[in-house]
Amino acid sequence: MVAVKKTVEHVASLEKYKHGFVTDIEQDFAPKGLNADIVRFISAKKDEPQWMLDWRLDAFERWLALEEPDWAKVSFPRIDYQDSYYYAAPKEKVGPKSLDEVDPDLLETYKKLGIPLREQEVLAGVVGSPKYAVDAVFDSVSVVTTFKKELAQVGVIFCSMSEAIREHPELVKQYLGTVVPVSDNYFACLNAAVFSDGSFVYVPPGVRCPMELSTYFRINAENSGQFERTLIIADKGAYVSYLEGCTAPMRDENQLHAAVVELVLLDDAEIKYSTVQNWYPGDPETGKGGIYNFVTKRGDCRGDRSKVSWTQVETGSSITWKYPSCVLRGNESSGEFYSIAITNGRQQADTGTKMIHLGANTRSRIISKGISAGRSSNTYRGLVSAHPKAKGARNFTQCDSLLIGKHCAAHTVPYIEARNGQSKFEHEATTTRLSEDQLFYAMQRGLSQEEAVQLLVNGFVKDVLQELPMEFAVEAQKLVAISLEGSVG
Amino acid sequence: MLSVSNLRATVGETEILKGLTLDVPAGEVHAIMGPNGAGKSTLSYVLTGRQGYEVTSGTVTLEGEDLLALEANERAARGVFLSFQYPLEIPGVPALTFIRTAMNAQRKARGEAEITAPQFLKLAKAKAAELKIDFEMLKRALNVGFSGGEKKRMEIFQMAMLSPRFLILDETDSGLDIDALRIVADGVNALRAPDRAMLVITHYQRLLDYIKPDRVHVLSGGRIVASGGPELALELEREGYDKYARAA
Repeated sequence: MVAVKKTVEHVASLEKYKHGFVTDIEQDFAPKGLNADIVRFISAKKDEPQWMLDWRLDAFERWLALEEPDWAKVSFPRIDYQDSYYYAAPKEKVGPKSLDEVDPDLLETYKKLGIPLREQEVLAGVVGSPKYAVDAVFDSVSVVTTFKKELAQVGVIFCSMSEAIREHPELVKQYLGTVVPVSDNYFACLNAAVFSDGSFVYVPPGVRCPMELSTYFRINAENSGQFERTLIIADKGAYVSYLEGCTAPMRDENQLHAAVVELVLLDDAEIKYSTVQNWYPGDPETGKGGIYNFVTKRGDCRGDRSKVSWTQVETGSSITWKYPSCVLRGNESSGEFYSIAITNGRQQADTGTKMIHLGANTRSRIISKGISAGRSSNTYRGLVSAHPKAKGARNFTQCDSLLIGKHCAAHTVPYIEARNGQSKFEHEATTTRLSEDQLFYAMQRGLSQEEAVQLLVNGFVKDVLQELPMEFAVEAQKLVAISLEGSVG
Repeated sequence: MLSVSNLRATVGETEILKGLTLDVPAGEVHAIMGPNGAGKSTLSYVLTGRQGYEVTSGTVTLEGEDLLALEANERAARGVFLSFQYPLEIPGVPALTFIRTAMNAQRKARGEAEITAPQFLKLAKAKAAELKIDFEMLKRALNVGFSGGEKKRMEIFQMAMLSPRFLILDETDSGLDIDALRIVADGVNALRAPDRAMLVITHYQRLLDYIKPDRVHVLSGGRIVASGGPELALELEREGYDKYARAA
């Protein structure tokens, strides 16, 4: 039967990690290991000014004194930081000026990923294609930056961090490390010392960024850590929506990824930051080979009435350690966190958010949907705190967990601190198992078991999916389905 | 159309169906009546392929095709539909989305083209009107927060949309007030056709006042212990199941 054959082929094709391939582009490695000389090497490679090198070296010194954190509900073999490369860049002497100058292999990689269809149109300059600006990060160096002109017309700066350090040192000096301090935590500190590249965005006062800004991250070099650093500044009354999506090729070595994202918001500014994360989750049986994703993301609402919104769909990585947070410093500022975290196989995720209410009448909202399948472990860890001056602070938290199968685990660890008597915090949490009754009901109507799981899970995560920009939501929905293939039966 | 022969089935360690034989020809409506615990719901689950209901011997065919060899969704694609006694809630999935997904899955399995959005909406509007269902309700998550009567009506709506060949109604009258019962029965009767057959499983005769059966079977102790015309249902109403419980 055609239908049966198709299904068989489809299932067979899904058994392999969809994005598991390695592009053959010659790498320009830093020597293996980590010491002050490597930090100098990275800085020199990037032609950085002395102040940047000093900043890195200071971070490296502090890092040496720090201990790797062990409070998260994840376990993994000790990372040998000396057994990794800290710099790998596609072999190109200077950044390309246009698409024609980009390595065709690289473009082929994007094609294979299937993600950047719309971006490819944009990259190819197709007339009438949607306006997305792509700052594609291939391993460590930004290779393609588009739409700069159009953005420049309204005064928006969107470039790689390296370029920002060269071209806009005053902005970088003013804001870098002010949201996530150098020694904020072990992994952020490591990032500060060896960060390779990342994106820089500045939106001037009163400007509404005319397009969604988008970055695709991809880890490609064998055994090289990936240390992105992103800084987004929304000046008074500015608005920007930023999309970040990731895939990675299959490999055996565990790969450390320790990114830092800093968002700065002045009065009445708004930043919407959306992430779809699909890194290699490791072998489903053994967990071998997956990405370690230890990320520090934080938005600082410095200005009154500013608003930061995090939306994340986390389906990949062997280990996820990530708490996109909001510091609600400005009066009447607000923070939102919408999250879907899916774990399958042997994946471990410890993720959530921190809403730190410092200003008066600040508001925050947390909607977290955790799905665990296989033998995975999924933990929501969230902090909501109101300081004495945060009179009238309000938070609403809804935290739902869905279990698929009998061998997975879900944990919810909320921390709530109200240090004044005029705050109102609400917390709702549910844990449910994907019911066999529901599955049978959907199957009796004609859905295969996999289709039934997809439908039920998509229903479960709907509240969060609808927070994503539409094109992203469609991708995310597919990703949710792929992540849970083979999780039942 | 449906032919069940000497069917034995277990749930866990317990044998529930103990040699059940039943024939439902095309165009007919058969009622299965019986006391609680007779195996009525088990029969509906065995016919529809629910996991955990183990067939140990016997055969079930639909127009000659072996149903027991098929998965639940494959049976659905061949036109087997069960109206659940307790319809499930599907949070976050609008009723229309659920039904359209199911319809297209069935069509795909049969090698047919998917229904287009305008075609689907037109059909849904027509069927909703027939069953006096507020169209806005179909945009809400399926059965979430619906009353018992609304859930049952939604089952019949799904049945009308999917247009199955063999219909099983499991205690469809339970939880319905008299008005809702009439609407549901009208919906079911509208589906009576020469190329369709129905199995109406019920504990009470009441439903059969509205959905007139061609044959009535008494299920007791996992077997059909008596069969007859509609008058058998009336007799059961008067005299109860005691006689048959002893016979089993």
